[in-house]
Amino acid sequence: MYEFDYHKAKNVKDAVAIAKKQDEAKYLAGGMSLVPPMKLRLAKPGNLIDLNEVGELAGIKVDGKTVAVGAMTRHESVAESKDVKKAIPALAKLAGGIGDPQVRHRGTIGGSLANSDPAACYPTAVLGLGATIETDQRKIAADDFFTGLFETALKEGELITKVVFPVPDKACYIKFPNPASRFSIVGVFVSKKGNEVRCVVTGAGPCVFRVKGIEDALKKDFSPKAIENYKHPASGLNSDIHGSAEYRAHLITVLAKRAVAGAE
Amino acid sequence: MREFGVGQSVPRYEDARLLRGLGRYTDDIQLAGLVHAVVLRSPHAHARLRAVDTAAAKAAPGVLAVLTGADADAAGMGTVQPMVPRQRRDGSPMVLPRYRVLALGKVARIGDPVALIVAETLTQAKDAAELVAVDYEPLPVTLGTATLTRPGSAAVWPEAPDNVSFVFALGDRAKTDAAFAAAPHIVKVENTISRVAGCALEPRGAIGSYDPVEDRYTVWATVQQPHQSQAQLAGEFLRVPPAKVRVIAPDVGGGFGVKGTGYVELGLVAWASRVVGRPVKWMSERSEAFLCDDQARDNVTSAELALDRDGKFLGFRVRTIANLGAYVGSAGPLPPTVNLGGLVGVYTIPACDVEVTAAFSNTVPTAAYRGAGRPEASFAIESAIDRAARELGIDRAELRRRNLIPPTAMPYKTALTFNFDSGDFPTGLAKALAAADWPGFAARRRAAAATGKLRGIGIAYAIEQAGAGLEETAEVRFDRSGFATLFSGSSPHGQGHETMYKQFAATFLGLDPANVRLVTGDTDQVFHGIGTFGSRSAAVGGAAMRLAAERIVVKARKLAAHMLEVAETDLAFEAGSFRVAGTDRTIALTEVAKASYRTFTLPRGFEPGLTERATFVPSAPTFPNGCHVCEAEIDPETGATAIVRYTVVDDVGRVVNPLMVKGQLHGGIAQGLGQVLLEEVRYDADGQLLTASFMDYAMPRAEDIPDIAIETNDVPSTTNPLGIKGAGEAGTVGALPAVMSAVVDALASAGVRHFDMPATPERVWRAIRTATAGPRA
Ligand SMILES: Cc1cc2nc3c(=O)[nH]c(=O)nc-3n(C[C@H](O)[C@H](O)[C@H](O)COP(=O)(O)OP(=O)(O)OC[C@H]3O[C@@H](n4cnc5c(N)ncnc54)[C@H](O)[C@@H]3O)c2cc1C
Repeated sequence: MYEFDYHKAKNVKDAVAIAKKQDEAKYLAGGMSLVPPMKLRLAKPGNLIDLNEVGELAGIKVDGKTVAVGAMTRHESVAESKDVKKAIPALAKLAGGIGDPQVRHRGTIGGSLANSDPAACYPTAVLGLGATIETDQRKIAADDFFTGLFETALKEGELITKVVFPVPDKACYIKFPNPASRFSIVGVFVSKKGNEVRCVVTGAGPCVFRVKGIEDALKKDFSPKAIENYKHPASGLNSDIHGSAEYRAHLITVLAKRAVAGAE
Repeated sequence: MREFGVGQSVPRYEDARLLRGLGRYTDDIQLAGLVHAVVLRSPHAHARLRAVDTAAAKAAPGVLAVLTGADADAAGMGTVQPMVPRQRRDGSPMVLPRYRVLALGKVARIGDPVALIVAETLTQAKDAAELVAVDYEPLPVTLGTATLTRPGSAAVWPEAPDNVSFVFALGDRAKTDAAFAAAPHIVKVENTISRVAGCALEPRGAIGSYDPVEDRYTVWATVQQPHQSQAQLAGEFLRVPPAKVRVIAPDVGGGFGVKGTGYVELGLVAWASRVVGRPVKWMSERSEAFLCDDQARDNVTSAELALDRDGKFLGFRVRTIANLGAYVGSAGPLPPTVNLGGLVGVYTIPACDVEVTAAFSNTVPTAAYRGAGRPEASFAIESAIDRAARELGIDRAELRRRNLIPPTAMPYKTALTFNFDSGDFPTGLAKALAAADWPGFAARRRAAAATGKLRGIGIAYAIEQAGAGLEETAEVRFDRSGFATLFSGSSPHGQGHETMYKQFAATFLGLDPANVRLVTGDTDQVFHGIGTFGSRSAAVGGAAMRLAAERIVVKARKLAAHMLEVAETDLAFEAGSFRVAGTDRTIALTEVAKASYRTFTLPRGFEPGLTERATFVPSAPTFPNGCHVCEAEIDPETGATAIVRYTVVDDVGRVVNPLMVKGQLHGGIAQGLGQVLLEEVRYDADGQLLTASFMDYAMPRAEDIPDIAIETNDVPSTTNPLGIKGAGEAGTVGALPAVMSAVVDALASAGVRHFDMPATPERVWRAIRTATAGPRA
């Protein structure tokens, strides 16, 4: 690890103010994605702004139509929340399947979204439910948020404060885990709300993306059979030692079918 | 003391300490003036080292020394030497490229050490390491075990243009050729054994401390064989008499063989300490461990089995190319050659012909890892039997049954190196088939098929050699409080030696475990030792402890007789006390021990104190064996494979602690299963390591391991006085072939004819897809 300066933020205003003042500043949430590359000297932030004591950023609020999750809410809290389990069981299950218990007790939704790892789980729910990401400055629609490999619409120093998920009729997330990291090799999130159907894939591209072919078929008939013959093109998909592009393309259909079958 | 004695499931004494963070590992050791070292490693798999410019690094803050290969040569530092000599096919000595503590002239693999940077703090050392300017000229990279020795492969070393270090042959070629010529059936399997990394929980590390007053080095290190490390430091690296080197292995967090052999970093910290005049610590991080720890397995084997019309085995022919990596490590030649006896399995095979070619590649060197050639050998014979059963249409268990060595044939001399003293294989097989419900499998397969899964069952009857040849030492030392300190030359890294030796003390001497300490791992305190590897500590170390205990009783009896005023022959020693025969007059050994320090009350000629030591040299190895049955379920849509049932009937000889034997089997099976399903070290075409962290190198986790049903079929060994065979490697040796057998069986039901490990999802999915698409295409 390289040396850096540590700042403890008291509240959102404070955090944003420190970020403005300091060079190469990074918010520190759970540290699960930020710290490992620092330890390996692959990342060299000059300043860390610790959000862990910013109480206003943590917590879950559920009303009839939405589930709002504060940026500093740990994966474990979402997974265990009775309200979330009731309103959007797919979201609780997704959170409960992230990494391992240690990761779930540290990692946060804000950190996960800001990081936009190509194999992360949360972004599928955000895009798959058409959620809204709220920051210290504005509200960003999920469709505009994920812009590329580890890239988002967030501006320098912009702080995610919460994520607001509309409650769907039904939804499901199925992940085929990388046996080593437990991130997804491919993960598929499907949701249905009235006539709107979303099908979002993680692990297969630079960031999460929607699959129009599957969405269109499911709009006509929300059943596994409807997408049985869907073949996702392999070109452009991720390829690594855990899965070729061709394999990932194949998994998209398999997992989408299972997600439709399991939607609740 | 029976409840603490041999045969009892005594909970592990060391766990209270280790699980509460009270262990004392190498990295926990604090020394006044301690400074830190970082090894700068090659980012190339093969490159000429044109220049190593250390000027900027030397000038960096806190830096005490920056050492290079040229400095090592100037200081007279030696090179790593293999533990055993081998030869090339023409009888000339094996090719042994200079395996320096720091590379000079060229680097031959990713992670080759190029410079050692020593600084006041670790951060300063890392900062300075970034300032070392190395001018590399990349050279062609040679990879791929199957092709290393083929014409056209670039030579890793000019002295081995064919990349062959040595060739090792065993068996009787003429006899085997004759058996094959006359055989009605010959089956052939070609297998790849993947390369894996040992991945002990505690990475490797070492602290060197040079004492100019005594002109002597002390090295604390994560090693399994402290006396071996002492010999290597003295003889190979520092070139001083062993008396000038003390090695201490504190608590060691897992070894699996990977911490068994001498590593250059031990030499580096010792040398650097002399250079800077301060103790020097090097501690590897996980990513460095993937580069600097020896890796393991990695061979390509072709095996042919000849059978008669009834399925009786007539001969076995094996050809292996073993990948040594870029150098011949100290244990490098062992796994491909010393455990080949396992190739005959538990079967009557009259003729065998084995030839292993050990070849260089631009990869991390390979060495011992749990089993060290044993799982590879078992897999060769067991996979050949599976293939034969399929081709001949005989049930796999039945084909094995027909060829088992009967207990009445013991002792049995095999066609290779193994001479079995004991074992009841027909009983083991029958018990395993019953416990695993072999006959009920067809129904389970149908049930799985109904849910879209492919279910397979696998079987392997593994046998291995343990505790061969080398001696082990023990010492029992009573102090004036009547407490005992035990010293053992075996050196633990998680096995539970403290518990085991306390059980020995309870059984042999009737001692209360609370009043017994165990000292291991310190070459100044333990007079001699070989160390812990190869499933040997209980059988060989235990036998040494028993000898030492017997000597204690002999000496204590003299004093007890004097104290009780009877003749020595009137005394019986039982449960920790001497009793006068036919009376209830007794004296505890601990009281005798205390009395042994009251010099003026001792009988004439009795040397004060009560201390004895012993060395046990086994006359022959032991042969732990076990029948493993495993069931796998494959999701054909994704290729995901799960092990859903596992049964093992094991013969580890006499059991010291059933709880710890189970632990050993569980861990061993996890590592065999891990290799088949998850683990694999992968390099890209440039020799860059693709699996350099746990984000890419998949370790088995609890959820990957099924419940394991363990039954015993223990037949005491006849080659050591305790009847112990050993349990350390048995799980892995059986699991590798058994899990593969189950996976291959599941895949065979989908038409897959051949499959190589690892059974990672995409590989499994592709195999099924190719098989099912095949006939149509
Ligand atoms: C072993 C392991 C397995 C994992 N498996 C999975 C998995 O299966 N699925 C999955 O989805 N994830 C997985 N993760 C990632 C995990 O979910 C992390 O928690 C997440 O990626 C980052 O969250 P964090 O709170 O730790 O963020 P940090 O690591 O603290 O920060 C990550 C980035 O986000 C920025 N950031 C943090 N909070 C905010 C904010 N409020 N506003 C703006 N920027 C912010 C930081 O500055 C940093 O750049 C895994 C991680 C590990 C270590």
